[in-house]
Amino acid sequence: MRLVILEDSERVAEWAARYVIKRINDFQPGPDKYFVLGLPTGSTPEGTYKKLVQYHMAGKISFKYVKTFNMDEYVGIPRDHVQSYHTFMWESLFKHIDINPVNVHILNGNAEDLEQECLSYEKKIVEAGGIELFIGGIGPDGHIAFNEPGSSLVSRTRVKTLNQETITANARFFNNDISQVPKQALTVGVGTVMEAREVMVLITGSHKAYALHMAIEEGVNHMWTVSAFQQHKRTIMLCDEDATLELKVKTVKYFRSCIPTPPCDEFAETEFGPDGGVPVVL
Amino acid sequence: MPSITSTTPPCGNLPTHTDTTIYQFINCRLVRRGRIVKDDFWVRGGKILNPEPVFYVEKLQADVKVIPRIKKTPGGPGGASILGVHVEGPFISPAKKGAHPLQYLEGVEEGMSKVLDVYGSIDNIAKITIAPELPGAQEVIRHLSSRGIVVSVGESTISEFHHRDPGLVGLLTSRLISHPVHYGIISDGIHTHPAALRIAHRAHPQGIVLVTDAMAAMGLGDGVHQIGQMKVLVEGRKARLVDFDTLAGSVVTMDDCVRHFINGAGVSLVEAIDAATLHPARVMGIDHLKGTLEYGTDADFVLVLDKGPLKVLNTFIAGECVYSASDAPNLTFTQKSPSDI
Repeated sequence: MRLVILEDSERVAEWAARYVIKRINDFQPGPDKYFVLGLPTGSTPEGTYKKLVQYHMAGKISFKYVKTFNMDEYVGIPRDHVQSYHTFMWESLFKHIDINPVNVHILNGNAEDLEQECLSYEKKIVEAGGIELFIGGIGPDGHIAFNEPGSSLVSRTRVKTLNQETITANARFFNNDISQVPKQALTVGVGTVMEAREVMVLITGSHKAYALHMAIEEGVNHMWTVSAFQQHKRTIMLCDEDATLELKVKTVKYFRSCIPTPPCDEFAETEFGPDGGVPVVL
Repeated sequence: MPSITSTTPPCGNLPTHTDTTIYQFINCRLVRRGRIVKDDFWVRGGKILNPEPVFYVEKLQADVKVIPRIKKTPGGPGGASILGVHVEGPFISPAKKGAHPLQYLEGVEEGMSKVLDVYGSIDNIAKITIAPELPGAQEVIRHLSSRGIVVSVGESTISEFHHRDPGLVGLLTSRLISHPVHYGIISDGIHTHPAALRIAHRAHPQGIVLVTDAMAAMGLGDGVHQIGQMKVLVEGRKARLVDFDTLAGSVVTMDDCVRHFINGAGVSLVEAIDAATLHPARVMGIDHLKGTLEYGTDADFVLVLDKGPLKVLNTFIAGECVYSASDAPNLTFTQKSPSDI
């Protein structure tokens, strides 16, 4: 596992976007060779999407030969509801880029047979050749996608009932009316994400600091589902200074010393420097 | 509007539309629900299209992407060269904003990414006005200069009204009328004094409808014209009967009215455009079809230069380009290659 610590969330967004661009471009995707990307929703990846859009407009990255799979979607709200993850992805990424809609996959929370929808989603991932790079975020309780505390670490795509804490927290997006908040969601499982060839988890803000501590300094535990990625072959934890507040000095120093991280803002002037502008290579 | 006699389509080589062709106008500032929003604008089959279900349900992409923009163009018999665009604002200091509306000013703390965010591309920009005292400006200026872009630090008919008998004017603020009142105003600087425009607008901004009241001499230019039985003398925006000192209607165009309304009444761009589009559509009860850029309404629209005076570049009716200003830049478009379909 790599832990990359950057100054603030802005630099995390920049770094993450550059990393995605570098991975896609190095992959040299084409009509017979699609790059398969796993995508999260939420406030943490929003900055990364904004940067990706900017670099797309600047001609640095094309999504013509990229297939995407999103992590999750609510059950039972209209696709074009302002809080649906379809809407989030459309507004923050898809409407701005050159991706072919047939290559975009988001779980359908209005499917007649939800079980079947989950099964066929897993099948589509396999048919696409598996996920090359899965980007994720985490909640303050260490959940990845909607795999909330207690979820099986070998879980697959399934219907998940949200816990009361998540429902209460989400009420702010639904006019503070708990009755309007979806109680269920479709989500990829921890096992589904574990099968990606590479995983990049974004963690920013002091409210995620304890989760980051539990994710990387304690053992693998289904009460902090993101801790499962300690056993993944190729995972990057990308965080800002605030998110390191609960880490040991030793942990921070170790990862700082083994991975030199030139400040990301240097690249603002040179735009894409050597190595695609990604300041860190493994 | 000039009649189309040439076989060349009026908007250059923009493909003629069929009912299934999807057009995507890239990077527009759209007047929607009382605000200017930055978005793309989609059209199919003569109607304005909601692109979200097209993406998720029909899983289709635009067939033609239209990028209305000013390109750097070498000069020739057709016209002067365009060296590029001088963009002025929004990176202007609030203290020296000049005529720039305060609410549109922006900072450049975020550096070049902010500049690109505002302008989209800077490829065809020759000159940018930026207040050097803004935080982050120095870095941006250095970058722009290194790309050869010049940075300028810049400069920064109302009837009689009586207080005991308000007459028609009183309707504007009447408490006795529950449904909205609309009223037409010729905002040409001749028929209506700017002060009257302001009074009317402030009393009842939602009701104002810009009308040209233009007559046949419109577009004929200065001089004496025989219109029907009358000899009319046109001087600039003013048209009067030759034999009497009487106004003979107007020779103003709608775009001129919008411009003058903004300048004369000090209203926002959105209010002025609504007064020329949405409000008259409401008067006619057809605002579900025309006068807005809502999804599903008729794709009748104009492309205007929204920086500087609102110059009309192209006019579209039912999604088809019917007019291009003689000096409008060509609409550039990309069409999907057959392999993409």
